[in-house]
Amino acid sequence: MKNNWPIWEVFIRSKNGLSHKHVGSLHAADAEMAIENARDVYTRRSEGISIWVVESKNITASSPADAAALFEPAADKIYRHPTFYILPDEVKHM
Amino acid sequence: MPAEGKTIENADLLKAFQERIDRDEKIEPKDWMPDAYRQTLIRQISQHAHSEVIGMLPEGNWIPRAPSLRRKAALIAKVQDEAGHGLYLYSAAETLGIDRETLYQQLLAGKAKYSSIFNYPTLTWADIGAVGWLVDGAAIMNQVMLTRTSYGPYARAMVRICKEESFHQRQGYEILLTLVRGSEEQKAMAQDALDRWWWPSLMMFGPNDAESVHSAQSMAWRIKRKSNDELRQQFVDATVPQAEVLGLQIPDADLKWNEDRGHYDFGEIDWNEFWSVVHGNGPCNRERMAAYQDAHANGAWVREAAMAYAEKRQMRKNETTGKIDLQVA
Repeated sequence: MKNNWPIWEVFIRSKNGLSHKHVGSLHAADAEMAIENARDVYTRRSEGISIWVVESKNITASSPADAAALFEPAADKIYRHPTFYILPDEVKHM
Repeated sequence: MPAEGKTIENADLLKAFQERIDRDEKIEPKDWMPDAYRQTLIRQISQHAHSEVIGMLPEGNWIPRAPSLRRKAALIAKVQDEAGHGLYLYSAAETLGIDRETLYQQLLAGKAKYSSIFNYPTLTWADIGAVGWLVDGAAIMNQVMLTRTSYGPYARAMVRICKEESFHQRQGYEILLTLVRGSEEQKAMAQDALDRWWWPSLMMFGPNDAESVHSAQSMAWRIKRKSNDELRQQFVDATVPQAEVLGLQIPDADLKWNEDRGHYDFGEIDWNEFWSVVHGNGPCNRERMAAYQDAHANGAWVREAAMAYAEKRQMRKNETTGKIDLQVA
């Protein structure tokens, strides 16, 4: 099939102060139409005040096969968490 | 994209996959999965999407004839939701490596199934009440279960759909409530709608567990978390008291409360009717397919024009900025 509309990923900011969050995807001829369609599909009940659309082909995702190499090194670095450090009870709330 | 034919499978991978499922981990698009799991999901999610789309037809039928502006606005909003739900589901299916156009073509060619319930006609306004109450009610039973399905994108689509659908069933029930409080004719119309929609609604849960070919594997993979018969029983138990509030009679002589089981007993479904509708011989199968094919064909020029317009605008933009688009050049 020629001329199929490309696929876009949609991100919605639900209110100011919160970040845009991925909500799903849709097909549209261009970015402007993607915004209009996202408004119709993903904000019918006031879910958002701002929309980002990114053509899906522009997103590069990490591979699940690399998950260990990427994320496991963080697992044994418990000294990055505040609970690693022992303080006397007299010191409250630090 | 993981669509390049068969996945490499071996016992270790399969075992690790099943262990993830058993730990109730969600499977995400790029994770390894058995090819049969992928194909089962593509089939189920796309059937679900097609059902949302075809499901707009029997209700859209009554939008121009809704009895008040309030009812019309609610019905338009409901039908618009169904379009959105179709889209969420198509998007979820696409994460499995099949493209939208292929899914459309499967439905257009009559190769893909959609829920048989939409092959029944909406003859009176009371049918819109019965569809919301019973058909959406039955769908919600299934969809609430699917919010916990093992495939992440499907589960997330279901969460959004369930949130939105909660008004669908209520608006249907409200229509019937208004009718049963009206004239004798209106009450009779409500009863007639229940008489015609009750059994097809029970059929929505599919064949009995013993007859259901895909059930056991789908349960093991936690795509489904309850069996057809469990969901059907849950629906009957929830719906009978609601019929009593309406003062309507459920058309089943065998329906009665079973103290020992703590559930309602109910009569045998006419499975000949079920299979006949599944195989294309329901009251509206041909009409629904023709309406869908017409809409798709009549919309073709719009889809092409939108794409041509987008390309033209992109070209102009490149000319003014002096950029050369290699794809176009």
